[in-house]
Amino acid sequence: MCDTCGCNVTHGNRHLIEEGGKHAHTSDDHVAIEVLENLLSENDHQAAHNREHFERHGVLAINLMSSPGSGKTRLLERTIDHLKERYKIGVIEGDLETENDAQRIRDKGVPAVQITTGTACHLDAHMIHQALHQTPLDELDLLFIENVGNLVCPASFDLGQHLNVTLLSVTEGDDKPAKYPVIFRAADHVLITKSDLLPLLDDFDPDNAGQALQQLAYKNPITLVSAKSDQGMDEWLNWLEAQQQQQNRQQSKGAGSIQTCL
Amino acid sequence: MHELSVCQSMLRQVEEIAQREQATSVERIVIQIGPLSGVVPELLQQAFTIARCGTRAESAELVTQTQPVRVHCLQCGYDSDAQANRLLCAECGDYRTRLISGDELLLASVELTKN
Repeated sequence: MCDTCGCNVTHGNRHLIEEGGKHAHTSDDHVAIEVLENLLSENDHQAAHNREHFERHGVLAINLMSSPGSGKTRLLERTIDHLKERYKIGVIEGDLETENDAQRIRDKGVPAVQITTGTACHLDAHMIHQALHQTPLDELDLLFIENVGNLVCPASFDLGQHLNVTLLSVTEGDDKPAKYPVIFRAADHVLITKSDLLPLLDDFDPDNAGQALQQLAYKNPITLVSAKSDQGMDEWLNWLEAQQQQQNRQQSKGAGSIQTCL
Repeated sequence: MHELSVCQSMLRQVEEIAQREQATSVERIVIQIGPLSGVVPELLQQAFTIARCGTRAESAELVTQTQPVRVHCLQCGYDSDAQANRLLCAECGDYRTRLISGDELLLASVELTKN
């Protein structure tokens, strides 16, 4: 076996010496090193740390994403109205500027931390980690993270959340899932918001939106909601509660198995 | 445009590897990007020309390998090519598919010069 004639190259290890392979030497004698790591591994590492943190405190973290103005804060206000007697809720708000959204949430009697990103178009796991220092996780069951209004960039950054919820308001195009497949594919629940406006609009068909989602192999729930008329709120709230209970069950199971190991 | 953040993160990883390997410079960075990764290769290239300044990758070449969008059908088991916003099975047309390639955002390899 030698490095000269290629007799040590087999079907099983050929990929290692080909372009990008672990032991490849290029013709001009540079050393090629195989890496195969996510380009955002720093962010992913922090996100995993955030997720552990949430789980240690028994908190279900939900990342809300949408374009600006599709009603994320309004939905949160109404969700808090309905759930705050039964669950302890906290919110992290992401915006380029202003404390306005966090203030709206605090007015509902719920702790909210505002992250102002300046020019950054998305939240990342490090920003969330900073915000967690000011978040009373011990006292929470549910943590909502309202991402910066943007249908592109937030989709690429794991924050450590357990679930993604993507909003599409009826004042937008019903073909948006086809235009922004990355963010809609990532959703665990798609909410079609401002449904009370549907009778006034003749160019948004919820079925079209549903079909565009199905073309993305989307298999999760789609709910028409209005934070104004409360249409669909029960379905959304029931889903949230089911997710919360499922996480609780998983955690108590996890704690049990640790005890068995000890 | 989040490509600058992605690029800076990539360069920190590359710098770490270069330091570990005691390399004097980075010649080539090979990345794999799928259409469903949410990152646009052209924008990443533009960001790279700015972000690489002052790093060991200052004169490095950034090579992007684009991965095809492919799905596995959970109904009929067929693997087929698809489009980013049409992830249906090419054989039976079902939407219950699983993505098998096309969402990569990987640092595949780096080429270094050592003294």
